[in-house]
Amino acid sequence: MRYLPLIWATLWRRPPRTLFTMLSIAVAFLLYALLTAVNAAFNTGIEVAGADRLVTTGRYSLTQVLPAGHIQKIQSLPGVALVAGQSWFGGYYQKESNFFPQFPTQIEPYLAMYPEIVLPEDQKQAMLRTRTGAIIAKTLADRYGFSIGDRIPIIAGIWPLADGSNNWEFDLVGIFDTKNPKDRSIYEMMLFHHEYFDEARQFGKGTVGWMVVKTRDPAQNETVIQQIDALFANSPHETRTQTEKAFNQAFIKQMGDIGLIMSSIIGAVFFTLLFLTGNTMMQSVRERIPELAVLKTLGYSDGGVLALVLAESLALCLLAALSGLALAAVLLPGIAAKLPGFSGLALTPGAFAGAVAIAVLLALVVGLIPALRAMRLQIVDALAAR
Amino acid sequence: MAQTVVSLRGVSKRYTRGRQTIEVLHNLDLDIDKGDFLALMGPSGSGKTTLLNLIGGLDRPSAGELRVGDARLDQMSSAQLTRWRAQHVGFVFQFYNLLPVLSAERNVELPLLLTPLSAAERMKRVRIALQIVGLADRGKHKPAELSGGQAQRVAIARAIVADPTLLVCDEPTGDLDRKTADEVLGLLQLLNREHGKTIVMVTHDPKAAEFATHTLHLDKGRLVEQAAHA
Ligand SMILES: Nc1ncnc2c1ncn2[C@@H]1O[C@H](COP(=O)(O)OP(=O)(O)OP(=O)(O)O)[C@@H](O)[C@H]1O
Ligand SMILES: [Mg+2]
Repeated sequence: MRYLPLIWATLWRRPPRTLFTMLSIAVAFLLYALLTAVNAAFNTGIEVAGADRLVTTGRYSLTQVLPAGHIQKIQSLPGVALVAGQSWFGGYYQKESNFFPQFPTQIEPYLAMYPEIVLPEDQKQAMLRTRTGAIIAKTLADRYGFSIGDRIPIIAGIWPLADGSNNWEFDLVGIFDTKNPKDRSIYEMMLFHHEYFDEARQFGKGTVGWMVVKTRDPAQNETVIQQIDALFANSPHETRTQTEKAFNQAFIKQMGDIGLIMSSIIGAVFFTLLFLTGNTMMQSVRERIPELAVLKTLGYSDGGVLALVLAESLALCLLAALSGLALAAVLLPGIAAKLPGFSGLALTPGAFAGAVAIAVLLALVVGLIPALRAMRLQIVDALAAR
Repeated sequence: MAQTVVSLRGVSKRYTRGRQTIEVLHNLDLDIDKGDFLALMGPSGSGKTTLLNLIGGLDRPSAGELRVGDARLDQMSSAQLTRWRAQHVGFVFQFYNLLPVLSAERNVELPLLLTPLSAAERMKRVRIALQIVGLADRGKHKPAELSGGQAQRVAIARAIVADPTLLVCDEPTGDLDRKTADEVLGLLQLLNREHGKTIVMVTHDPKAAEFATHTLHLDKGRLVEQAAHA
């Protein structure tokens, strides 16, 4: 502690250089925090996957539709408890930037399969009664100011109505939330009846995009998976069944390996930072060789001088990293409010600890060579500027 | 009989540069008594700084016996020398060698950071040292805001703040005009007379040497003559 004024004063020896270096480090850590939060949001989909839920898609691609008749056939398997067909609607509210996911599905089995979705019983009953009904996530209702009883116009992105128009309308009868607020971003969506969708759409009647299957016992998952795919083997509509977890993982993989892209970006940024900060520390030590020699003359040990330079490096990196992380913590809620599916975006304690560890590592790596140079300095030579 | 503080017996210093070895100091014998103010003169390159660095424990002799106080400097490791310097010797250089980023107070405090003294005790000693050198009101100033004479007096305050018995000064007035130089030399004389500091000072300036109690001449690494004043 007693060396703090010395370290602090040395750190600000050339304020523009220190500020510039700190700014670069802060921006890198801001980027790190944002990308880590986005990555975590993607991965929560994998974490919340139900152990007893399977997803059946077309064998070759997710975009291959399946006959709705598959639902009944799967339902008749002994290991299957519930089946719901689902499709990707791909519409938006008023303007394209107001995009959020909508799915037509069989509401009753779907809700039974997803106990993490919480819908008041009376609203659920209203939904089951209302042919054109829809239920929506609370975060979305709040964002667009929807309330129960509203008629919500959705402009279709894929599925026109029978008359060729894209202007669908739904009656909002329920607003749901998740048991755990952490899962909100996963279920940020609107659900409506497959029956209504199938009757009203212009083409594709009698098909679903995929099916969600609840097994009676997760231990039977593998057997049920084989049974389902065997049912349709060698038919024109072969299927591929996976656990929900595997499906989510594969889905994220298809969207480009986001984790890898982010790691590459972060890696490149920090690699650059290594040289930039390293150069700052090298210069800082080179400039004050005579001053370091004076400290040694006064009785500062080799180890002490090494520690002073490392402390300076630590102060530089930690201070800058913490500013970047603080900025991220301030910005993330605002970003989360604008991005559907990312309402859980936040700087987690784990990401924070990781960032601090990286900052410390950076400080040690860039500080070590200048610190060793300061440590090995020969007083008599340095004083004579030899 | 005066007490001997510094004693050299057969001290030599050699430097090896590549395959060439040059002997800078040849077989020196020297005694400096407690309370002496010794001026060390001689042509450039005669080995004055080298000798001063040995006495101050910044470097070790190549041969011979070097005793300062109770310590055998020629037998100490470099880590031991470092600890010894912190407690027993103060340094004053030609170009002051203050840390430009620190205030006068913080510069003077530097040697005390190595002691177990509390912040309050350290500040008390810093104030006293600055008072002795006549700069009690300049504690908050950075070196760049001080004149050369003032900067050198801050450096002297830093040299005495840990209360060493020995002060070594390498051309402390080499960068100052006559009047300022005389003020700084008067201060060293005061420290010698009133505060009992033993001082070894290298100088090129015969007028500066007049402030000392003794003068020694060094020529090509040998002591040539010894004159007593006062
Ligand atoms: N570390 C070293 N390596 C090699 N040679 C050295 C070293 N230190 C001193 N010398 C040589 O020793 C001789 C004496 O140097 P020193 O600095 O002691 O002289 P000086 O009397 O202080 O001179 P000046 O009055 O110019 O300061 C010089 O020739 C110098 O080049
Ligand atoms: Mg010299």
